Amino acid sequence: MSAQRLFSAVVVGLILLFLALPIVVVGVVSFSSATYLTFPPPAFGLNWYAAYFGSADWLRPTWLSIWVAACVVVLSTVLGTLASLGIARLPRPLRVMATGLILSPLIVPVIVVAIGIYYSFSRYGLIGTPIAMVLAHTCLAVPFVVTSVSASLAGIDPRLEQAALGLGATPGSTFWQVTLPLIRPGVLVGALFAFITSFDELVVSLFLSGSGAITLPRRMWDDLRFQIEPTIAAVSTLTIVLTAALLFSAHLLRKRIDQTRTATSS
Amino acid sequence: MSDAVATPAFTAPTVSFSWRRAVPLLLVAPLVLYMLVFYAVPVISMLLRSVNEPTWTLANYTALADDPVFIKTFSITLNTAFIVTLATLLLGYPMALGLVRAKTMAPLILIVILLPFWTSVLVRSYAWMVLLGRHGLINEALLAAGFIDRPIRLLNTPLATQIAMTHILLPYMILPIANALRQIDPSLERAASGLGATPWRTFRQVTLPLSMPGVAAGVLLVFVLSLGFYITPAMVGGPRDITLSMLIAQSVDQLNWAYAATLAAVLLATALALIAAAQRLPGVGNAFKMNMR
Repeated sequence: MSAQRLFSAVVVGLILLFLALPIVVVGVVSFSSATYLTFPPPAFGLNWYAAYFGSADWLRPTWLSIWVAACVVVLSTVLGTLASLGIARLPRPLRVMATGLILSPLIVPVIVVAIGIYYSFSRYGLIGTPIAMVLAHTCLAVPFVVTSVSASLAGIDPRLEQAALGLGATPGSTFWQVTLPLIRPGVLVGALFAFITSFDELVVSLFLSGSGAITLPRRMWDDLRFQIEPTIAAVSTLTIVLTAALLFSAHLLRKRIDQTRTATSS
Repeated sequence: MSDAVATPAFTAPTVSFSWRRAVPLLLVAPLVLYMLVFYAVPVISMLLRSVNEPTWTLANYTALADDPVFIKTFSITLNTAFIVTLATLLLGYPMALGLVRAKTMAPLILIVILLPFWTSVLVRSYAWMVLLGRHGLINEALLAAGFIDRPIRLLNTPLATQIAMTHILLPYMILPIANALRQIDPSLERAASGLGATPWRTFRQVTLPLSMPGVAAGVLLVFVLSLGFYITPAMVGGPRDITLSMLIAQSVDQLNWAYAATLAAVLLATALALIAAAQRLPGVGNAFKMNMR
């Protein structure tokens, strides 16, 4: 029995190593002092972080990506939250169709979405504009907002809204004072996932960014076509740390959702 | 979507009945309009390029049957998807089992699974370039161990694509399987071993069959997602191992819209057909829900 335990622990450990190793290696390489890509690094230093933070060529795409992602968060969270509030109350055939349309970017291959949007946007001169990026990324981010908000809406006790309405609150103030505070963690989780979706997106950006709206992933991609210098490792490590921080916030928020759920259902 | 928030029993007297019924529609309408204008119509009008040049015709589709480039690309894409699905299943099932059975370690294991899951495909593909390169960790380790005399070519091979895609898609296999395993009543496994079944037999005759909906969902998800891979094969794959997505991008670069649209329609139809077929399997839908949340 214990030999079997040991065996399964070793197997699980190896698979975890397979999952974690690439990310750890990128982190280690980013602190390398070498001017070319080698592992293990001959010595450690902060050269590549200095190279990143000292270069407008890297910082400009970074700010553009953050700016685009922030706009995507606002647009997808507002549209997605409104839709989530209505979608469960739609008559069934409409609900199925609306859900299918809204969630379909999760399964439609992203290259198909990318060239479709490129095909149509290029006719209106939108290629190479940040607006095109925001409009396209929002389509990809919306499913995450809708699934997250719908999940937290499903956890609300409908009697709370009924009580507010019964006590004379208008539907508007019922939403602001009862529903929204209850679903706020779900909305925030959706917003975080929307941010990550846009910030990391590359395939749509490859087609839409042209020469005027180079996002950070596009900048990394251009660099990787010619060389794999360790600046990319520093940028990658920074994005991994950012993602981890956002995920951790999402995790804490999700805990709050579960707490609200148990609090309202008891 | 749940019905938990369905029709309140109480109707506020100031709000007329028809107005109340219109509210959900008005809430959903902005997003639906947005998705139609910026997503559905663009994609559909692009796809129409495959059938309306110069007149309505299916010639582009029938031509694919004798198109050696398409046949080679499509078979590489399917072949990669098969290998990656098999590899993620072989690694994902034991991992899911380990995740579900771990007690104190479970949150830590979940972090190790989820962090790569949310790290961008670009960064993870780059990580594999670092690992598999001429002076990468794997070559250096093999040299140090004396297995090889000089660096072997790992990067820019089909194997590199398969390894990197397996790494990227592994969480999509682990999460639905873990979800299915978690729903198994533990008393069933206890009963089996109480009745004298060996752990292996308990696993084979109780745990494995009950986890099949999760396995089916994971296999479907990984297979469909790997059909559309573009970034990873372009970065770490061999120069001649072109996937369907890469061929589509190339055709767009050459402004061959009719061909690109035809290929895109084939890719989309393959993905949708697989999902439609899998919807008929019992329990798959539930495993999906968990993954999307």
